[in-house]
This record gives sequence, structure tokens and C-alpha cells, in this order.
Amino acid sequence: MEGQAGQDKSPQAQATKARKILLMLLSLWPSAASNPHQPMNLTWVIISDTTGEGTMLTRGLKRKCSEDEAPAGPLQRQSLLDMSLAKLQLCHMLAEPNLCRSVLIANTVRQIQEEMTQDGSWSLPGPQTAGRLPRDHLVSTEVLCRSAWAGPAPAPDPADLASALQAVPATQVPRAVPGGPWDRAVPGESQGGFPRSLDQVFGTLESHGPGAVEELLSDVGGSYCDLDAVLTGVVGGAKSGPEGLETFASVAAPPRGTSCKADLGELDHVVEILVET
Amino acid sequence: MVLQPAERHRGDWSHRRLGPWCSPTGSPAPLSCETGCGEGTWILVCRLLVPTQVSLLSMEEDIDTRKINNSFLRDHSYATEADIISTVEFNHTGELLATGDKGGRVVIFQREQESKNQVHRRGEYNVYSTFQSHEPEFDYLKSLEIEEKINKIRWLPQQNAAYFLLSTNDKTVKLWKVSERDKRPEGYNLKDEEGRLRDPATITTLRVPVLRPMDLMVEATPRRVFANAHTYHINSISVNSDYETYMSADDLRINLWNFEITNQSFNIVDIKPANMEELTEVITAAEFHPHHCNTFVYSSSKGTIRLCDMRASALCDRHTKFFEEPEDPSNRSFFSEIISSISDVKFSHSGRCIMTRDYLTVKVWDLNMENRPVETYQVHDYLRSKLCSLYENDCIFDKFECVWNGSDSVIMTGSYNNFFRMFDRNTKRDVTLEASRENSKPRAILKPRKVCVGGKRRKDEISVDSLDFSKKILHTAWHPSENIIAVAATNNLYIFQDKVN
Repeated sequence: MEGQAGQDKSPQAQATKARKILLMLLSLWPSAASNPHQPMNLTWVIISDTTGEGTMLTRGLKRKCSEDEAPAGPLQRQSLLDMSLAKLQLCHMLAEPNLCRSVLIANTVRQIQEEMTQDGSWSLPGPQTAGRLPRDHLVSTEVLCRSAWAGPAPAPDPADLASALQAVPATQVPRAVPGGPWDRAVPGESQGGFPRSLDQVFGTLESHGPGAVEELLSDVGGSYCDLDAVLTGVVGGAKSGPEGLETFASVAAPPRGTSCKADLGELDHVVEILVET
Repeated sequence: MVLQPAERHRGDWSHRRLGPWCSPTGSPAPLSCETGCGEGTWILVCRLLVPTQVSLLSMEEDIDTRKINNSFLRDHSYATEADIISTVEFNHTGELLATGDKGGRVVIFQREQESKNQVHRRGEYNVYSTFQSHEPEFDYLKSLEIEEKINKIRWLPQQNAAYFLLSTNDKTVKLWKVSERDKRPEGYNLKDEEGRLRDPATITTLRVPVLRPMDLMVEATPRRVFANAHTYHINSISVNSDYETYMSADDLRINLWNFEITNQSFNIVDIKPANMEELTEVITAAEFHPHHCNTFVYSSSKGTIRLCDMRASALCDRHTKFFEEPEDPSNRSFFSEIISSISDVKFSHSGRCIMTRDYLTVKVWDLNMENRPVETYQVHDYLRSKLCSLYENDCIFDKFECVWNGSDSVIMTGSYNNFFRMFDRNTKRDVTLEASRENSKPRAILKPRKVCVGGKRRKDEISVDSLDFSKKILHTAWHPSENIIAVAATNNLYIFQDKVN
């Protein structure tokens, strides 16, 4: 299964895989889930099957929900994380987001990320971050939420919110590979390649068709780096593209046989598809 | 808005005692309260539809096409979304019951006076006044609409013939004066009976205008508007026991107002972090102590309650007492924090305890013990295994309120499927009742309901999976001295009474 996917190097197959990744991303935003293509025999981290529309995520989750809540396996955790991120996205779309709800969801996301970090199923790039609190890497949830908390237009508290917004890129938001396709795709992004909020990414992806995705992701190395950066940035924050990717590869290779958590194995699998190592 | 209540026989007014305001402790509860909820049986007094009932009573027609266009039908009851009741509150004597709805309207019900002819009609509430309290607004700075939904209503104690209440939406608090007019001056010199000016040259004699009785009119006028003080959504208002000030609380700040001053308020609590990225906790509810005008509490989304003393400092960021129950490690899950978020906090009438409502429980705290509650009541523990689904459909964020009875012996809160629960603190008995249209014959006796959690379901039980989560009872109120309760279920207002009463 892995071999089959990993060795197909034609641009066609690459594009198809990219589309699959796009589907995965879009499944986080139920209303925007496009028509799923013919599923290949790949094991995906998040979704269990590609039938149906945006509810596939929730359907899969319902199956898990009917069981006892107490032992939250990594897959359940991941589903919960995706659902929470989807909810935060919805916050942004509503007229006036409920701050209490947003804060509670963001805290839940943070809690999941912390646990995943502790379990080691979430790879942190480099040993220099070993001692650091996961909070630094969880900033992306604030990034996600801020658009909800601030509203689509400048808020009445312009002083503190604006400074908060400006402070973030300077200190904590990782900078992706410059000149990557995400820069082109997100023209409004002035601070660098890393999209400031997930919905900007979605908005861009949705506005262009699937063909544009191929165009966007046609550049093999850099584009997948950025895509991976987005993936990791969505759920946990990461260093800039190439660094993170190398770490992925390095983490993936040795403990494959030993630590064997489902998440890690599947992430590693996804990375393989992306990078084709 | 001036309205004519129909079918109101107002004869002799002498029996109406418009006396001084209620003492803060209220009148001692009659014996009926002390029987608790287990012994008494509850009967339906009346079911009121808001505002359909209003229109049936031939109130002034107010066709708001915008609301009709933006609303949708629900439940085949021809109710619009604007009719969903969002707050319920008895006044200090229990004579009046105010409801606020999502459409920004306030409807006040008045208790039917006791009369020798119709003994059974006592205890029924009829529409007394209705007015549009808040209109939808547009915040141009944020390009967002400000909802007109009434979040809270709080009565002021009665000081003269008029009634005063505070009503608030997300951003603005208003003080409304509700007064009656049953006399009209007649016999002006410069105006004739229709109000047209008379030509002074035609006036040959002078007369003194006299007041003549007229049909009762209830007027509601906005006396104060307290605006532009809240960046975030107001969730609570609370009148201080000094009856001169009140507070309004939003997600991050609490402001103290003087009733007379609308262009200033004091910020007494501010939990907004300098960096919004660090925001992890919001204020969910706040209330003044019923007797001590310097003391108030506020609850948070992390399940904590802080008691503050305004004498300590101008900004009460440092609490005097901090109430938090240590987490039960065996029940820990990813939803632990969400279900610990407190949705309502209420002082007991005595002022010795506070009651908090989180998603699954109601807790009673003694003010002198901060490390854990003295009592914990499970409202619907069968939902604990369903938290993931409830998170998915957002029900886990529902904010239920809780109320004390007049003697602080019984507490009540709502649940799903139009169920509401009462807990007797003395006998430790509890009951689940349902506010449903099926059982809404007047004087119908409420049958206790039971939810079956597993195994065989008995005849009258309902299984957890059959519960209707769209029918939730978030708002209830208890008469200050009698066993009369008001329960809001979507656009219906149910009034129940203890049969012993």
C-alpha cells in the first residue's frame, strides 16, 4: 500500500495525491467539501472513508462517540482536534462570535495538542525545543481564533488587538519557505509565506479550482514543504518548511518499529507521499 | 408604546397596597414553601404564548415586516424565532412576571387578583404590558449586527406606584418605567375635548380641569439608556442592595453604574489580558450579594467563582475569596473544562450560600468554604457518556440557569426534552417534570418523569437516545414567597403552582 503510492512519480499521480490532501484539508470545513474523487487505497490520518459530503467527518466521529469516552485513543483525539478546528472556523463565519465558546474550544484544542505532544505522537522540530512549553507551538489556535474574536473588521479595541496581531508574526508565527506557491496563492499575506489564518488558505483554495491546485503544487519540493508546513501549522505550529520536514523524516525513520503509535505511522506515511523519500 | 389590556375589570383600587419597597430578605416563606417539592404536587396554572397570546388579547398591532421576513416557522405553532423567550424574572413581590425574548420585546404578566367570584382564577398571570425594549443595531466599526435579544431582566424594588426594571441586550442596558394611568384630565380651558386649540376669544368662562376615571392604560417608558460601555457581550446585570447602583458584566469586564448617571460607569473587574493570545478564561455570570452592597461574585468559564469586596480597591481584580472544586481525576476527559464552565451563579436569599450551574450539575457553596461545594446535585448525569456528540452539535455550550425558592430549601434548573428538575436540599429528594404542550390542560397535574439510562425501559420512562435536545429549558423563575414557578420553553411560558398552595 505504501510502496504503491510512494513510487508513482508521474505528475498526474502527484496531482491526484495533492487533491487528496486538499480533500483532507477541505473536510475540516464541512460546507466547502468538494466532490470527492475516486479514492485510492491510501490510509489517511483523519478521514476513514471518502464517501459522502462534509458529514463524513462527523459520521466517523459519531461511531467513536457511541463508545465509552474515557480511553481517548489517538484517532479519537485527532478527530476531536479536527472537529474543534472546524468549529473555530465556524466562529469566524458567524455574525458575532461567542467569545466564551471560542475560548472553550481553543482551550480544548490546546489540551489535545499538549497531550499529543507529551505522548510524542506530535513531532517537535529539533531538540532545542524540548524544554520549551508547547504553548509556543500552539499559537496557531490563537491565530485561528483571533479572526473570530476580532471580527472581520477592525475591532473597537484597536490598540491592543492590533498590537497583538502585529506582535504575533514577529515573535511566534513561523515563516515558511519564501517564494513558495503559498505566497502566490495568498497575495494579501504581507508578512511572509505562512498564512495567517486557516480560512485564508481555504478561501484561496476554494476560489481556485482543482486545476489550480495542481498548478499550485506542481513544484515538487518547495510546495510540499509548504503544504506540510500548513498541515503541521494547523494543528501544532512548526518551524519553517524544510527544517520541519527534515525532522519529520528523521523522526519517522528510526522509531518506526519501536514506538509505533498510529498517528506517527500515518503522518509518516503522508509525509512519504509528499516528499517521496 | 401604550396598550390597552382587554377584559380587565378595575374597580376599587383600595386593596392595592403600593407600599415601600420589599426588605431585602423578603417576607418569610409561607408553610407551602417548607413542604418542599417532594410532598407537593405541581399543577399547571396557565400556558402563555408570547406574543401570540398578546395578539389574541387584541393588543396594539405591531406588524414588524422585517421580523416576519427574517424569521422562520417552528413546530407548527406559527411562532417565529423572535418569540423565543430568553429571560424570565419575577419582581420582588411576585405580582409581576417579566419575560424577554429574542426579538427584543419585554412582556410583563400580572397576577390575577383574588376575587370572591372566581376563586380558581387566583394565581393566573395575564398580560399586563408589552413593549419593544431593544431594537437591532448595527455596529459600523465592526460591521456586525448587534442582536436585540434580551439577555437579562432585573426588577428594581418598588418605591412608588410605578414599576422599574432593567433590561439588557448584548451591549446596552435600559431602565424602563412601567406605570398605570387610570385617570384623565378633562376640562382644559385652552383645548377642547379632542385636543384642538380653542380660540381664546371664544372663552368666556374659566374652569378647573378635573381628573376623571378612564380605562386602565399601562405605559412603558425608557427612563435611562446605559450604552457604549461594553466591548464584549453582556451576560449579567445585577441590582445592588443599596438600590442606587447596579452592575453589568460582559465576557471580560464588569462595570458599576449609578442609576442616575448614564454617561459614566466604573470598571470594577477587568480580566482582559494584555495579549489576547493569552486569553483562556471569560466571565460567565455575576451577581451582587443580597444584603451587603460591597460584595459581589462572578463566575468563570473554568468553573471558578470569585467573591470580591469593593471596599478593598477600586478595581476588584484581586478576589477576596476564590471558590473552586478540585478536579476529579477519574472523570477527566477533553471535555472536563467545557462542562465545568459555570453558566449561572445565584446568591441564596439568605446571602449565606451561592449556587452555581455547570453543564451537568448544580452546586451549592457555603461562602465560608472555598475549597469545595457543600452540595452537588446531578442534573442529567446520563449525558456524561454523550459529551462528544453534545460537543459536536454544540449543545455542550448551552447555558442553563438555576433558581432558589423563597426559603432557599429547593433549587430548580432546566434540562433537555423540556424537562426541568427540582432538588429539595432538606429531604434530598428530587423530581423531574416536563413542560409540554401535551399536558397543558389548565390545572393538569404534572407527572414526574424519569430518564432511563440503560437496560430495560419501563413504561413511562424515556430513554436517553429519545431525548429531544432542541427542546431545552434554559430559563426558569421562582416566585419570591410562594410555590409558583415560571418555565420558559422556546416561545411558551408555563406557570406552575404547587397544589398545596
